[in-house]
Amino acid sequence: MRTLTISISLLFTPVLTLGIASARQQVVGTIEKNPGKPHIAVTDFRATGTTAPSLMAVFNSTVQSDLQSSPLINFIPKTLYPLRIPQVPNDLVTGEASANAKPAPIPGYRLADWFAAPAQANYLGMGYGAEDRGLFVVFGYFYTTAPNITDLQQAQIFGKVYTGSLDQNGAIDAAHHYAADMLAQFGGTSLVGTHIVFVSDRTGSKEIWVMNWDGTDQHQITKYGSISTFPSVSPDGRIVAFTTYATGYPAIQLFSLDTNRKLPFYNQRASMNAFVTFTPDSKQIVFSSTAAGGAAQLYMANADGSGFRRLTNSGVIEVEAKINPKTGTDIVDVSGRSGLPQIYKMNIEGADVQRLSAGTGEATNPAWSPDGSHIAFAWTKGFEPGNYNIFVMDVVTRETVQLTANEGRNENPSWAPDGAHIVFASKRAGRSQIWVMNADGTGKHPLTDKGGNEKPVWVNAEK
Amino acid sequence: MIKHKISLALLSALLLGLSAGCQKKVPPAPPQAPAPLPENTPPAAKPSIGYFAAEPTTVTVGQPSSLRWSVTNATSVTIDSGIGEVSPNGRRGVYPTATTTYHLTATGPGGTAGADATVTVSTPPPPVPVPTSGQPSIQEILAKQVQDVHFEYDKSDLRGEDQAIIQGDASALRTIFQMDPNFIVTIEGHCDERGSAEYNLALGDRRAAATKDALISLGVPGDKLKTVSFGKERPICTEALEDCYARNRRAHFSAAQ
Repeated sequence: MRTLTISISLLFTPVLTLGIASARQQVVGTIEKNPGKPHIAVTDFRATGTTAPSLMAVFNSTVQSDLQSSPLINFIPKTLYPLRIPQVPNDLVTGEASANAKPAPIPGYRLADWFAAPAQANYLGMGYGAEDRGLFVVFGYFYTTAPNITDLQQAQIFGKVYTGSLDQNGAIDAAHHYAADMLAQFGGTSLVGTHIVFVSDRTGSKEIWVMNWDGTDQHQITKYGSISTFPSVSPDGRIVAFTTYATGYPAIQLFSLDTNRKLPFYNQRASMNAFVTFTPDSKQIVFSSTAAGGAAQLYMANADGSGFRRLTNSGVIEVEAKINPKTGTDIVDVSGRSGLPQIYKMNIEGADVQRLSAGTGEATNPAWSPDGSHIAFAWTKGFEPGNYNIFVMDVVTRETVQLTANEGRNENPSWAPDGAHIVFASKRAGRSQIWVMNADGTGKHPLTDKGGNEKPVWVNAEK
Repeated sequence: MIKHKISLALLSALLLGLSAGCQKKVPPAPPQAPAPLPENTPPAAKPSIGYFAAEPTTVTVGQPSSLRWSVTNATSVTIDSGIGEVSPNGRRGVYPTATTTYHLTATGPGGTAGADATVTVSTPPPPVPVPTSGQPSIQEILAKQVQDVHFEYDKSDLRGEDQAIIQGDASALRTIFQMDPNFIVTIEGHCDERGSAEYNLALGDRRAAATKDALISLGVPGDKLKTVSFGKERPICTEALEDCYARNRRAHFSAAQ
């Protein structure tokens, strides 16, 4: 269940007024915070021990950042919290037990204190940190403050122990998992454990690399010393397909992400086979090939390259096909049908072709949102060729919102499995690096800094 | 070798000098009245060396040089360095492997005379091909005569202004394939950095294919031409300037791997 709701009215009115004259105006979309969404309060955790207390600041800020960036909930500012902060379940008292106490207790230990104004929380996260045998340990709890639930046992949604290394990375990791567990209560897809495949030239040649979703643990998949680029990943997260010059000509190759080994693939006899996209069941692919001569056209085949059949016959360049991950029946691609490259949509048989992008400038790099309702893409939109920015389009209404502006060249967007984050490549800091942002364009930060890095693909499955 | 020849020449010169010196050191004989000369007998003249020269004076290893000489009033003419007795007028081809000074000695009733002729042997730097035929190699033709073809932005059709270039390329390629029927040439399609890498891969493929088609129409055998697109992965310059973009939008020719 994905509940990302992009408010069309908020998103798209400013774009309509955006012409070439106002090209420098930054237009950033907004994801509406649905007032009906749950309101969550999470206390600042404290810790005992010698090292753990120094790690709590980064733990607390990471939890808060993860919750604030989620479109699924509303995070209540900490200034609105009651004065007394519970840390363990035993701190909590029922409303009944404190009702007759004289003087009245300082508010905070009753869940009702959190439900009441000014916090008005529907849910409360609380807990504490510690260190145990050299590990960082967090006890994280999550309660509903619903007034009709009077039993504290029933009010507790979960109580878990999170462990990590006794350093900053361990604290950040524990915080991500705790935040993900809270968001999972509201349909959130956790990014923890997901990966991003990308291309890096840091070894001197373009190779396929993979890293954790937060930029940690970057390691090399291919070692061809050639040009290996244009990665894509099967929806089951098991196969990375890419294009390599290892044999002299751009050809498709498949690698198992499970075993890090090459998988069999039958390349058509052609000057170029490239740009693989998988069907939702990961069993078939669509890609570009010059097998019939002329401009590259779209072909469909089994995941090993067999059962090859042609989809398009446009006579102009057809590249970057992307199959809708939700329906499996729509394809978007980049085509030269109307001159400069534009984004087109067609059905899985290559028929019912219609242009999605506006037709001005160059529109490339389409990427479906996980729910198949939107595409992110790179568009020059009134700028000079090469001056790409990231946009998101509602595929039905064609309404478009701009997510990057005035910050160098931005391209190759790819959605996170939660539908709330987008990874992309940007030259805003010089060489191309991998950046991530919220799907409304906020919270941009880099994930890479070694060499040049490009073509990120967020693996839409947790391995 | 050079030292050997030189020492030989020095030795012979020394010997001559010594023999002359010895005569001077012999104690003077008692004065003796010179014999009256016959009335009509002229005095014996000293040998005279008209010329002793090498032509050319500088050769490369293995190349011949010609020694020529002309001597008068000599009963015996010898040249060292293994040549020996020669006629008073003559020429002799030599093939010195190192710089050599030839010494000619002329002996006659009136005395002796000598002359030197030196042949300098230059060793050519090995990698430079010996300019014998004047015919450039296939690699030279490919590098210098087969020129890049250039394209407009997002275009893969050949420009009218490049017609002369493509015709020159066709002529040079035909020469190459005549020289080596097994030679294969790869036409690389390249793009500037502005478009997407994905679209440019397909565009570079079109540029290489369009160039190949044009060459085939000009009589170049198509089975000797392969095409490959590098998209924008192999730029020859990286400045964000139209001049650099234009240089990168090209079809380039290389020897197939």
